[in-house]
Amino acid sequence: MQPVERRLMREVPALRRHMAYSTALALLGAATVVAQAGLLAKVCADGFVGHAVRDTALAALAAVLTLRALLTWARGTLAQRAAADAKHTLRERITSRLRRTGPLRLAARRHGETATLLTRGLDALDAYVVGYLTTMTATAVVPLTVTAWLWWTDWTSALIVVVTLPLIPVFGALVGMHTAQRTARQWRLLSRLGGHFLDVVAGLPTLRAFGREVHQTRVVGEMADAHRRATVRTLRVAFLSSLVLETVATLSVALVAVPVGLRLLAGELDLRTALTVLFLAPEAYLPLRAAGAAFHDSAEGIAVAERVFALLDEEDDQHDEGTVPQRAARLLAAPDGRTARLRLDRVTVRYPDRPIPALHDVSLTVRPGEHVALVGPSGAGKSTLLSLLLGFAVPASGRVTVDGTDLGALDADAWRAQVAWVPQRPHLFAVSVADNIRLGRPHADIAEVRAAARAACADRFVEALPNGYDTVLGEQGAGLSAGQRQRIALARAFLKDAPVLLLDEPTAHLDPESEAAVTRATVALMRGRTAVVVAHRTSLLPHADRIVTVRAGALVAPRADVTEGLPAS
Amino acid sequence: MTERARTAAPARGSRPTIRLLRFLLPHWRRLLPAALAAAGSELAAAALTATAAWLITRAAQQPPLAAVSVAIVAVRALALGRGTLRYADRLLGHDGVLRAVAGFRTRIYEALVPLAPAGTPAFRSGDLLTRLVDDVDAAQDLLLRVLIPVAAGCVVATGAGVTAALLLPQAGALLGLLLALAGVLVPGLVLAVSRRAGRAEKAARAELAAATLDLTRGAADLAAYGARDRAEGRARDASARIAALERSAALTTTSASAVVLLLQGGATVGVTWLALRAHAAGALPAVHLTVLAVLALVSFEALAPLPGAARRLVAVRASARRLADLLDTPPPVADPPVPLPLDTDEPLGVDITDLRVRHRADGPAALDGVSLRLPPGRRVALLGASGSGKSTLIAALMRFVPYEAGSIRVGGRELRDCSGADVRRVITGMTQDAHVFHTTIRANLLLARPDATDGDLREAARRARLLDWIESLAEGWDTFVGGDGATLSGGQRRRLLLARALLADPPVLVLDEPTEGLDPDTAAAVLADVLDATRGRTTLLVTHEQSGLAAADETVVLEGGRIRPVSLNSPATVAR
Repeated sequence: MQPVERRLMREVPALRRHMAYSTALALLGAATVVAQAGLLAKVCADGFVGHAVRDTALAALAAVLTLRALLTWARGTLAQRAAADAKHTLRERITSRLRRTGPLRLAARRHGETATLLTRGLDALDAYVVGYLTTMTATAVVPLTVTAWLWWTDWTSALIVVVTLPLIPVFGALVGMHTAQRTARQWRLLSRLGGHFLDVVAGLPTLRAFGREVHQTRVVGEMADAHRRATVRTLRVAFLSSLVLETVATLSVALVAVPVGLRLLAGELDLRTALTVLFLAPEAYLPLRAAGAAFHDSAEGIAVAERVFALLDEEDDQHDEGTVPQRAARLLAAPDGRTARLRLDRVTVRYPDRPIPALHDVSLTVRPGEHVALVGPSGAGKSTLLSLLLGFAVPASGRVTVDGTDLGALDADAWRAQVAWVPQRPHLFAVSVADNIRLGRPHADIAEVRAAARAACADRFVEALPNGYDTVLGEQGAGLSAGQRQRIALARAFLKDAPVLLLDEPTAHLDPESEAAVTRATVALMRGRTAVVVAHRTSLLPHADRIVTVRAGALVAPRADVTEGLPAS
Repeated sequence: MTERARTAAPARGSRPTIRLLRFLLPHWRRLLPAALAAAGSELAAAALTATAAWLITRAAQQPPLAAVSVAIVAVRALALGRGTLRYADRLLGHDGVLRAVAGFRTRIYEALVPLAPAGTPAFRSGDLLTRLVDDVDAAQDLLLRVLIPVAAGCVVATGAGVTAALLLPQAGALLGLLLALAGVLVPGLVLAVSRRAGRAEKAARAELAAATLDLTRGAADLAAYGARDRAEGRARDASARIAALERSAALTTTSASAVVLLLQGGATVGVTWLALRAHAAGALPAVHLTVLAVLALVSFEALAPLPGAARRLVAVRASARRLADLLDTPPPVADPPVPLPLDTDEPLGVDITDLRVRHRADGPAALDGVSLRLPPGRRVALLGASGSGKSTLIAALMRFVPYEAGSIRVGGRELRDCSGADVRRVITGMTQDAHVFHTTIRANLLLARPDATDGDLREAARRARLLDWIESLAEGWDTFVGGDGATLSGGQRRRLLLARALLADPPVLVLDEPTEGLDPDTAAAVLADVLDATRGRTTLLVTHEQSGLAAADETVVLEGGRIRPVSLNSPATVAR
């Protein structure tokens, strides 16, 4: 068992239970196999010597066969249920784990990867649990039971089985070792050839644009042919191991059957024993052969388990207080956002994968009700500055304070409840437009939602949607333009009605018309609130009390120091 | 599928799987050996056990050795042959099936050509496209995991039934009946159950996927708005629902294998009972007694893959239906019966008058009454809000979508009267969905002009300001760029597409949003290079980026389905 498998057993109780049930049922199954072989042999042998037809023996045989069917059913059902439970356990753990990773890091993760892992990815465990584990328990129990019975019935035949049985795993391992490297190289080639069709189909509009679509028809055929040849070449090696295993298993049956026949011929054996041996011998090999086939299925399941554990083992982002419940008691209540002074005091922020700090020794004070615009080239650290004020990023050195209290010491959720944030690329959820706007206030009534949408200049296009505010948005707001998405995010901020606003380029990537509308909406929203706005375009700048330029992680015009200490207007 | 496609598909719902098979069966010469090897391997397994049983029973009668020597040889030969046949079955199966699938891929590709990019939604979504390719591969499953095992099962079942009937007719009848029952009833049961349970589970899975995406990609929004607990609850509920559905499905799906075992038991007991009676009545030789009992037992083994095959068939059927819909979709633009030639010698201009385009016959007009002149050798920048129809206009110019009224004339020729391929030799460039292929930089560029010299390539790359970067790469022009340009930055990708369009050097160059998705600084740099590189060419530049357009010869805006000129000195006029 690999370390990952041991960990799976340790951490998923359903699998431990499954192993226990499965072993017990396999043992019972082995008993029915033995009983079936014995009874069938007895019935045939009795008939052979001309005894009268015994209905009781046939009835017993029928009962054993029925019991065998029931055991198989129970085993399969329990295995599938164990797989369902194991997947459920892992899904729950991943879902809970997501909370402990910083939101920005989560959002930056390769798109859809976690979602795929949680749905289709985990299904690879089915083959592992239902196929592989079930076969493995049978492998541990059945050959031993069957061989023991065989020994008791006819030890010479049992000896042949005992000698040949270990050959299967030995040969399997030998062939496997010999072919592993070659197969791995082939699979890489295969995956490249296999991806060609998708690449060509995805590029079909481009091929047509340049008149190359007809030429590619031939290439599609050629690549498919190359793929076939490579596949067959790979399989010729990959199936060798199963060829060896199958041949060892079937030859062993012949090795048992022929001497038994010869001994019968010589009168050294009775028919009933001979038939019992004939029926039982293949059963000893069956689980090992099945294990060989299931072994291939298990690889994918183990790979998925590895990915799950890698995700679960990721280092916690230390700044998210929600992770450490015992700290919650010591968290301070957040100051009132309406009168709070936000301050960065010589703050430096580093991201783990970048050598240069995102912000270096930055100080800034924002008075209550002040509108500060941040300008500067992309990548200068403007968004990082907003992340600091939200508590999404933590300073490596320096302090972020709200009315003199360290942000890290505050109850983050209580602080964020007073902040409305409109990110550069807001995430829209696959629920109705109204529920998207309600994100911060789930119980707001529809009139409030409409008012917020109107304030954000979103009412007109929302009402033009097929079902208005009840229109369920596609994945990530599919069907809406960037400007429309941004206005829905603004409506969220309006509805939340928080005293502190953090807006990240609300007008970037917008066409002229949307920009004008969003500017109007943003200016309306800022009125009477403390606002820090990242503004690349000029349209918002006239509405700022102060413009701060960020360049290469530092504030260029440190006007904050000039206004420092002035009474709030 | 679009509404149009649906109404134009009379065969819809009428056995798409059969239709899929009809595409694959012409390759029967490749598939037959595979099916034969599969059947042979299963027959060998059954024959091995039956012959061994005969050998032992006959030996019990203590005849001379010569009477059983043939059986001894047969047992050994079958034991060796079984593994070899199984190996041959797997190799021949994959070879034959992949040959059939290769032909099918070409067929689907040919069907897709006239549909790209406007004829099917697949070209608008990466997920749909991936599913489409998976659907094509489902043909492989249909053959390898459904058709061949079923064929092999039928052969073994028939062989066992006939052998039993030859030995004892009533035993053959009983065995045949029970085998047929297992072969028909069990897969039927599986089909019914998987189809019913599948729908609810699919919905729960979609819900879980959406909730997880919200929890990851929307993590910041959820945290900022205090909505994380709610989203997490949604994911948990979906996960619990999936587990509950899977648990209840487990009860029914495993019952299929149990039913096969019950039928096997019934056949074994029934056939043995009939054989014993016949033997007692003197109608059956003693050796055949064991053979019949064993035959009943082993003949069911070949049916074991059937429940799995049935499950697979449910999935294949969904794929086949989608493919059938695709094959029935009419191309959005049909070439005229006798296309007129397009002259490409002189510098060409384009005259668009009163153009009306609808994406769907019954839908609203995407463009209505659009008139625009592209004078020869001039660069026209077309601005417009998102969704104003800029890309539709380019698609109409390239004959990817039809226009129902108005006219587009190039060099005096109406586009409708020319073949689409000819039109795209004259009007082409960088489309909205331009693709970077998973190959080298050189091959990606050569696509636009296969006969281009190295000098041409360098010149195009230089003008797209990509040359220095390419030459700084370790493998230079032969660097692989990854699936859809995955190893390129956004700016490099756009510049590569631009270089390709410049290399194509068509009489009329169209560029759709060459700065899409770039950050403002990179966008401004790319746009300046675009305008610089297209000086003196007939060019239509579509963009929503208005800063830096002063370098264009003319700037117009598309608004409310109409074109009007715009002065860049006062950007406020655009905003208003």
